[in-house]
Amino acid sequence: MTNKQSPVISFKNYSFQYRAQKRPTLTNINLDIYPGERVLIAGPSGCGKSTLAGCINGLNPCSNPGEATGELLIDGVDATKSSIFELSAHVGTVLQDPDGQFIGLTVGEDIAFSLENSCMPQDEMHQITRKVAELVKINNHLDYAPHELSGGQKQRVSLAGVMVDQVKILLFDEPLANLDPATGKQTIELIDEIQKETDTTVVIIEHRLEDVLWRDVDRIILVSEGRILADLHPDVLLATDLLAENGIREPLYLTAMRYAGITLTPEKKPSHADRVALSEEDVKRLKQWFQSRMSGKKESERDPLLEVKNLSFGYTKGQRTLQDVSLTIRKGEMVSIVGKNGAGKSTFSKLVCGFEDPDQGEIHFAGKDLLTENIRHRAKHIGYVMQNPNQMISKTMIFDEVALSLRNTGLDEAKIRERVEETLKICGLYPFRNWPISALSFGQKKRVTIASVLVQNPELIILDEPTAGQDFHHYTEIMEFLRKLNEEGVTVVMITHDMHLMLEYTPRALVFADGRLIADDSAAAVLCNRELVERAALKETSLFTLANRAGITPPEAFVECFIEEDREVRSHGR
Amino acid sequence: MAANTVLNYLPRESVVHRLTGTTKLAFFLLFTFASMITYNTWVLLGLLAMSISAFKLSKIRFKEVRFMMIFMLVFLLLNNLFIFLFDPDQGTTLYGTRHVLCHLFWRYDLTAEQLFYMVNISIKYFVALPVAILFISATNPSEFAASLNSIGISYKVGYSVAIALRYIPDIQRDYHSISQAQQARGVELGKKEHFFARLKNSVNILLPLILTSLNRIDTISNAMELRGFGKHKKRTWYTKRSFARNDFIVLGLGVVLLGASLTVTILFGRFYNPFV
Repeated sequence: MTNKQSPVISFKNYSFQYRAQKRPTLTNINLDIYPGERVLIAGPSGCGKSTLAGCINGLNPCSNPGEATGELLIDGVDATKSSIFELSAHVGTVLQDPDGQFIGLTVGEDIAFSLENSCMPQDEMHQITRKVAELVKINNHLDYAPHELSGGQKQRVSLAGVMVDQVKILLFDEPLANLDPATGKQTIELIDEIQKETDTTVVIIEHRLEDVLWRDVDRIILVSEGRILADLHPDVLLATDLLAENGIREPLYLTAMRYAGITLTPEKKPSHADRVALSEEDVKRLKQWFQSRMSGKKESERDPLLEVKNLSFGYTKGQRTLQDVSLTIRKGEMVSIVGKNGAGKSTFSKLVCGFEDPDQGEIHFAGKDLLTENIRHRAKHIGYVMQNPNQMISKTMIFDEVALSLRNTGLDEAKIRERVEETLKICGLYPFRNWPISALSFGQKKRVTIASVLVQNPELIILDEPTAGQDFHHYTEIMEFLRKLNEEGVTVVMITHDMHLMLEYTPRALVFADGRLIADDSAAAVLCNRELVERAALKETSLFTLANRAGITPPEAFVECFIEEDREVRSHGR
Repeated sequence: MAANTVLNYLPRESVVHRLTGTTKLAFFLLFTFASMITYNTWVLLGLLAMSISAFKLSKIRFKEVRFMMIFMLVFLLLNNLFIFLFDPDQGTTLYGTRHVLCHLFWRYDLTAEQLFYMVNISIKYFVALPVAILFISATNPSEFAASLNSIGISYKVGYSVAIALRYIPDIQRDYHSISQAQQARGVELGKKEHFFARLKNSVNILLPLILTSLNRIDTISNAMELRGFGKHKKRTWYTKRSFARNDFIVLGLGVVLLGASLTVTILFGRFYNPFV
């Protein structure tokens, strides 16, 4: 850190209020970020961290009208009087969705987009594009179309696209959302390398703390309710209780150490699982804790609900999206399906729901052949909840939305009302029953979509990424709700990229890679298996690292112990 | 996902693809104009031969643009039907003779003149359509924007058209998944359902489709703005290519065709009359 230089970003008594809001979203922000620093801005959803990013790149107030008071200097420019275009010469912003921000039709064109807008002559433009593409190592793909790229490659293109302007500040707005765990890890590595090579200032907005900390950051700025709550070195911040108090999940290995009774101090360097100092005393405590928790629990065998045999399917001839998948899901289970994008996870669920017809194989549900039934009949047994609630909601009122499927069966209105109200009660939406859906938060909308599926009383529900983009608080809310449903007898299958979800809520995980089912095991065992983790683009849990370092075997038992204790602690409070 | 999109860029290695977008746009305009001003069957047949060979040269297969073709055929049939319904004697008026083939009903006689007139109109469709499809399917959407820009249309307009074209496959994919989720909730949208039930129920897809599309637009417009889109009155183009020999040849050909069509029209009138 070079404090002698003047800050490249400087907020002084800065406040921001959107025109449509009654109260300011940011209040009295004082923050200096120096050249070459790497700063992580963390906070729960709605805390104002995205607004903060918008103020830095000029989207606020240029695109989202609002009023700013106080001072904000970006690389010497007075941001409150500047334009989005002027600021874009200083700040390069990478937005969260690498698909949505792909403007050009090919990699080269997308990288050059900003140069085109600056009227740069074509020769020079091609030259710079090539140079920057080399820097982010995408130079062999300049002619590729977006759909030919992997998520990680798209992320590289987005980064190159803002680097052509030789910006001093790189701003990442939730770069890890929508990425599979392995890609997320590579993204953090890429940001780290680029920062080192170009000595830019990096600001990352993200609530997935543990994933960002895979590489060093200089400071973590904790934002809550529009104010800066802490501005500390990661080692210092992680030794406090501030994260947990403010709805940010601390890295799992640290929680495990706390459970074992180890006091965390900044001197222990807690920001990396493989570097945190473990004294002999600490190792002893961990082992003791592990032994005290070890319990032999057995799952009783339940009746099979969904049986799939040798299922194969391809969208086009000669190309198999799914190959020879056989599995059984039993009544009352909670199962996660994991694997990288395009591994066949969604295709599998589409085949089960009847959205597509398999080329080969059998699907049985509670002993009955499913393949002879159409989508609508299957929907009475199997509910499907899409990732994006906006894609499911077709009515403006909550009640109508939930009642939709019943009205289509021609049930009489009194019966419908009874069933809908009952479902709304289960989903905690009863008080809102006469509200318009547009007044709900994302998490509540998600619940509405789950309710609209549950109202048909399905025995099995399949959810695609139930918690994508949710902070810890909303994540817990949705997942606890699903668990409650599960306890009431609904079998739950979730497609997910979230390793925490998989560990904490699903005892069993199905791992897909390249259209095949490559593992069917306990979630803890999957995440403690290096080879599997690599093949399916998952991410090892830091608990595994910790267990190895403390010499605890088998590591998956340690992971399971942790999950169990964590569940107790979280449901009863500490 | 299935690749049967309605209208999109179909990359190939072909002479047509190698022409610059500006050339294709200019040729498209010249050619359409040439076919619009005349009803001369011989000229139209000549243009039709051109149009079909251009299509052949592009290496785009008929199957890939089937939807557009069918769409056009339906339109063509409707057009012919209405011409006949509103004025069954238009042909007679134009050609000055009246050869009744058979009487249909009321004031409707089927005349050779009317048939010939409608055949000519149909040929016009077949002349213009392959070239129009080529312009869209064989032009890289970003070059498409550059080509519109090069004839004086604001790049912002050109770019919004290009982006819209580029997002068609995404929106179709959204449509597909939304429709599936709706079917799972008992909304009759499947292929086996009654046509009118499907039509009525497709309203259920509209709201979610609009919402998700608005979201897409919001993201992309933010991303574009953050990278300086609209900063200047002009912009340069990464994909724009300079004119090659073939471009000049094709442009020349376009001008010659228009000239020929004009000359024939001025010298011999708009109609070729086989009835006298």
